[in-house]
Amino acid sequence: MAKKFLSGNEAFAYGIRLARPQVISAYPITPQTIVVEKLSEFVEDGSLKAEFIHVESEHSALSCAMGASSVGARAFTATSSQGLLYMAEGLPYAAGGRFPIVMMNANRSTALPWNIYGDQRDSISQLDSGWIQAYAENAQEALDLALMSFYIAEHKKVSTPFMANLDGFVLTHTYEVADVPSQQQADEFLPAFETENKMSLDTPKNLGFSAGPDTNTYFKYKEHIGILNVKEVVREAEERFEKVFGRHYTGLTESYRTEDADYILITLGSISGLVREVVDKLRNQGRKAGLLRIRYLRPFPNEEIADALKNAKAAAVLEKDISFGNEGTVYTNVNSALQKAGISIPVSDYIGGLGGKNISAEEIEGIFSSIAKEKTVVEFLGIGGEDSGG
Amino acid sequence: MAVNAKTLNETEFFYGHKACAGCGGSLAVRIALKVLGENSFAVLPAGCMSAVGFNFPQLCFGNNAIISTFAGTASMLTGVEAGLRAQGITDFHAVGFAGDGGTADIGLQALSGAIDRNDDILYICYDNEAYMNTGIQKSSLTPFGARTTTTPAGKNIHGNLRPKKNMFEIVAAHGIPYAATASVGYLNDFMRKVEKAKSIKGTKYIHILAPCPTGWGIKTNETVEAAKEVVDCGLWYLAEYENGEFTLNHRPKEFSSVESYLKKQSRFRHLTDNDIEIITASRDKKWEYINKNFR
Amino acid sequence: MKPFLREKVPSGIDDIPNVTAYEAGYLVTKNSGWRNFRPVIDTQKCVGCLSCYLHCPDGVIFRKDGKVAIDYDFCKGCGICEKICRPGAIVMEAEK
Repeated sequence: MAKKFLSGNEAFAYGIRLARPQVISAYPITPQTIVVEKLSEFVEDGSLKAEFIHVESEHSALSCAMGASSVGARAFTATSSQGLLYMAEGLPYAAGGRFPIVMMNANRSTALPWNIYGDQRDSISQLDSGWIQAYAENAQEALDLALMSFYIAEHKKVSTPFMANLDGFVLTHTYEVADVPSQQQADEFLPAFETENKMSLDTPKNLGFSAGPDTNTYFKYKEHIGILNVKEVVREAEERFEKVFGRHYTGLTESYRTEDADYILITLGSISGLVREVVDKLRNQGRKAGLLRIRYLRPFPNEEIADALKNAKAAAVLEKDISFGNEGTVYTNVNSALQKAGISIPVSDYIGGLGGKNISAEEIEGIFSSIAKEKTVVEFLGIGGEDSGG
Repeated sequence: MAVNAKTLNETEFFYGHKACAGCGGSLAVRIALKVLGENSFAVLPAGCMSAVGFNFPQLCFGNNAIISTFAGTASMLTGVEAGLRAQGITDFHAVGFAGDGGTADIGLQALSGAIDRNDDILYICYDNEAYMNTGIQKSSLTPFGARTTTTPAGKNIHGNLRPKKNMFEIVAAHGIPYAATASVGYLNDFMRKVEKAKSIKGTKYIHILAPCPTGWGIKTNETVEAAKEVVDCGLWYLAEYENGEFTLNHRPKEFSSVESYLKKQSRFRHLTDNDIEIITASRDKKWEYINKNFR
Repeated sequence: MKPFLREKVPSGIDDIPNVTAYEAGYLVTKNSGWRNFRPVIDTQKCVGCLSCYLHCPDGVIFRKDGKVAIDYDFCKGCGICEKICRPGAIVMEAEK
């Protein structure tokens, strides 16, 4: 274990090196670029033995990763924003093929208008593609997630690709101190990739076939069960992780002071750090505030959310995403979880941070004040509801 | 010993498929796999050969095979090759089979990338001169004058207005280790080229003309004949590119009739004498170029 | 390995694989029903040149005793073999 001053991208790259991917396909896009640059340096200096493939597009990056996975090789790629959308065809393809590829996505706004800064509309627009989606809060979690992602994705019960999301710039380019475990520890944690979902000389197989109306639903059902199994496998991975590395993680969500909270803000990604500070401040003022951080959007933590909110008076979602013509997608998902659990409290939606717009502590305090009014609103931070202009 | 019908691997690797009767593409795939052998890892994009060969539970490849995305034949091949090599496996052939649309249109970027990286793969384009799987639409390898369902032949426009894209030389311009043209009408030549490609490291590309009775409007038993005639009349040619040089493998002593080749196919039946003159003139110009630049 | 006909047709949810990967060369249906004409080989005339074997798009003509034979389960009756046979040893006969 060594302490290093690392950006989110670099931390993730260190985590990937520890996971010993056999094939890395990479195409540059801001703000992901540094992770693949770093990995190419690791390959150059010999500290990572992997085939580093300079593909000519993101579509090919994922196609190449699928090819590698289809013969049983551990594959990694990384992308962001337009790149993720360019490879969109391959996302359900990889999920349906049950190829446990790991991909880092640097969350970034999508054009138009062009914008290179962070929001989460890129990954959330691909929520239905069948990939596991996790969102890191800081560099340490990013590094740890890089290691854990392979364990979870490659688990026999799962065999599903894993998208690890890091907020563009705010996390990918911000330097923090992170523990970099030793290779020995990493090897102790992460077994070699083994699968029967592969072409091999011993047992030739035909992969990626068509399945007509008679059997198609069965394949899709099994795919669904595979990703649902992540709920159980994440627990297993995190317990194992804690045993080896001593760091504790909390599954699909992370609760902060929610046990007795009246008002809970639900969010994801790097903004959670600031929300936590605001929660502390409000608690010092005697206001019962809490934070529920969603760590995994897929599979969706229905039970965890219902459990965290069951005694709250009201809640809100803060998300860097909007499903145009409706509301934030995280909000839709949260409401569904509550409805299924029979929890009927006012829940509002705050859409913020689009195109990298800063979200301030004051704005978060404002959200908590609004939650306390126990009314339901859907608002753009800094603008308001749908009748606020335009 | 040269590979021919007598020395060819007797095992069939592409069998029981649902290709139309007389399909030239399936013949190209079948023969290539017999030359490459059981250690082939085949990648086929969405298209005729994947549509007819991978309908679960009817799986028609005896060797390892996978369907790629339409645009992703070459990039998936790259991954297969790198993935196997990364695991220390070396005794295999990574081979792609894509149609004309999958190669010259949607898959061109990935193919160019693979050649640029000089990935150790063999890419075989079975060219039936249109998007046959979706019902005969124009691709960039559809020849001038051909009627397709998106280039209808009427009073105003006589089918496809553009000539066939020159994939062979586009590929060669990358400085690829080996590229060749072929035809299912000249299978010994094709088998020799696949055999040669087997032993060359780096990217190999073989472009084989493979008639489609359904799309061309010929009888199911005329596939091989048409594929021979297109070479004999000079509208297609058998050549190789290696070490920076082009070599012509077969020079017809005298070209057979272009008109006779065209008029046998319903896709060309509407062509006027003037159209045929245009096609003949472009053939002559091509051969002038070949005579000057090919050994 | 040559793909061959199997008895079991995986169809139920428990039969199908968890992933889109399955045994290579797994056939569950024949193609014989496609045929209007069947090629018939006159072994007296056959010289064993193997041209029909080479040019069959379906690979259903196989070598046998120095000559050739046909797997009628998978022959679609395209007639390429008849056309390519120089000694005229193959004739297409109407299926009844």
